[in-house]
Amino acid sequence: MSVSQPPDDTSGERTLRVEALARVEGEGAMYVRTSEGRVAEVELQIYEPPRFFEAFLRGRRHTEPPDITARICGICPVAYQMSACLAIEDACGVTVDGPVADLRRLLYCGEWIESHVLHIYLLHAPDFLGYPSALALAQDHPDAVQQGLDLKKTGNDLVDLIGGRAVHPVNVRVGGFYRVPTRRELAPMREALLLARDRAEDMTRWVAGFDIPDFEREYTFVALRDRDRYAVVGGELVSSDGLVAPVADFDLHVHEEHVARSNALRAHLDDGRAYLVGPLARYSLNSAQLSERARAAAADAGLGPTCRNPFRSIVVRSVETLHAIDEAIAIIDRYDEPDAPAVEVPPRAGVGHGATEAPRGVLYHRYELDEQGLVLDARIVPPTSQNQAAIEEDLAGFVERHLSLDTETLTHRCEQAIRNYDPCISCATHFLDLTVSESNGDNGATEAGPRRRPAAP
Amino acid sequence: MGNPQRHDDGVGPTVARRLAPLVEGEVELVVLDGEATRLLDAWDGADVAVVVDAVRSGAEPGVVHRVQVGPDPVPHESAASTHGLGLAEAVELGRALGRLPRQLIVYGVEVADTAAGAGLSPAVEAALDDVVDQVLVELALASLTPDDPP
Repeated sequence: MSVSQPPDDTSGERTLRVEALARVEGEGAMYVRTSEGRVAEVELQIYEPPRFFEAFLRGRRHTEPPDITARICGICPVAYQMSACLAIEDACGVTVDGPVADLRRLLYCGEWIESHVLHIYLLHAPDFLGYPSALALAQDHPDAVQQGLDLKKTGNDLVDLIGGRAVHPVNVRVGGFYRVPTRRELAPMREALLLARDRAEDMTRWVAGFDIPDFEREYTFVALRDRDRYAVVGGELVSSDGLVAPVADFDLHVHEEHVARSNALRAHLDDGRAYLVGPLARYSLNSAQLSERARAAAADAGLGPTCRNPFRSIVVRSVETLHAIDEAIAIIDRYDEPDAPAVEVPPRAGVGHGATEAPRGVLYHRYELDEQGLVLDARIVPPTSQNQAAIEEDLAGFVERHLSLDTETLTHRCEQAIRNYDPCISCATHFLDLTVSESNGDNGATEAGPRRRPAAP
Repeated sequence: MGNPQRHDDGVGPTVARRLAPLVEGEVELVVLDGEATRLLDAWDGADVAVVVDAVRSGAEPGVVHRVQVGPDPVPHESAASTHGLGLAEAVELGRALGRLPRQLIVYGVEVADTAAGAGLSPAVEAALDDVVDQVLVELALASLTPDDPP
């Protein structure tokens, strides 16, 4: 980047632009324009393949969405599988409980560990420690990064063990699983999780020591709530404004609109407000239900009962990782093999809703089936599109308070602010090649870059 | 490594499928989506690793690049792999963490089409036999003990 904007020149116009190309899940780009010391425009553009999935799910059998929608994301396939199963079982009037439901949570714990740890060490920590990439971080701190990779591997192994494969698990079906593990098969996993628990405590101490920007916002938090536990698979939809609604009413409270310039739908609540899903929302609404160890680690890390600083999400993710490990151990300890690996789910005509807490927040699925179980209509609302408006508001708020920073620093901080949300694109953050253009009000626009890589597939 | 749902990005998995009936013994075939940390786990403990991936460097589609990973960083961006935190990053991450195989050889096949959809474009399809042969030669050389003449 060759642009150098005088830091104190806040009278003219400034444009901050970040292009991000992703491999599978799509692309996102950031554009911020400031004028007269104010933020005039903020755009976060996210391209979302799930829209195509909704179309080609039509006409498929009711047993197919878990495998099909898993392909939406290589980082959180379990989230898609679980939300799809819950929605279809709801449509068919079937409830899955007991050890099979426990195994679903266990699988999901694996995904949380895998996804959170990847984000903490490889995507987000470099921002806080002043490194341009995970690689640069690894060169100076190989032990820390290796510790992260070891912890992540425990999550991978758990998904592999329960799901049959570490990416896009093949063992999940509507009603449960094709095969369930024996107690004996879970025993070595328990040992690995005990080791991972120590590592997660170290990790929480590590990220709590980062220099975290002082920035808080008044969010409306939305998450699932489960009476008995920190909600992951199913629950009621709750918000920090007092909303309590069954998942079946998701459509009544969450509205999506198409915004020009972006293929993503932006979600908002009844009165048009932006809201936030994900670690901060879950933590702020449900922190009392975290495991004892996770609550203690949160307190040691300086987190109160709620967290309104998006840059602290790295600490919350770390606490949630510890919770997921504790929960996985507890599930293994009480596990008895179920009589059958799955409940039969005979098709019937109807509409079903399902929501789970993907690592990045609430993931909602809705299916309408005919009497043979063929999908007539499908709707998928992923967390990143729900957070799109909140991310834009974060950017606007952050830029407005930090206009004195030079363009390069400010652009970097904006990228970091986007990474607070762990956008649901495994590699998007790594195609963030920057294009910064500035104009000073007299149409004398200058371009730095673009330094774009070849269009990524 | 690669994504078979992205046309030519699936060249690596296709080569692996062709190799499956042709290799035996201590050779392990692993198909990956290209995520760096899983790549490190995949070659953990291996003496020799051969990676086949899709590449876009501006050369003609179907051109096969061979890169023997040495002391210098893997060329990157100019001859980028099609993955985000992908091969080049995995190699350098492995180097930083002391987790590289003794010998690491990368075959990169120049792609034409990486839009959504199955199947390879004709130029990449035509390169398959060549890549499979070359990988078999690499494996045969690797199976010789260091004292054997190549």
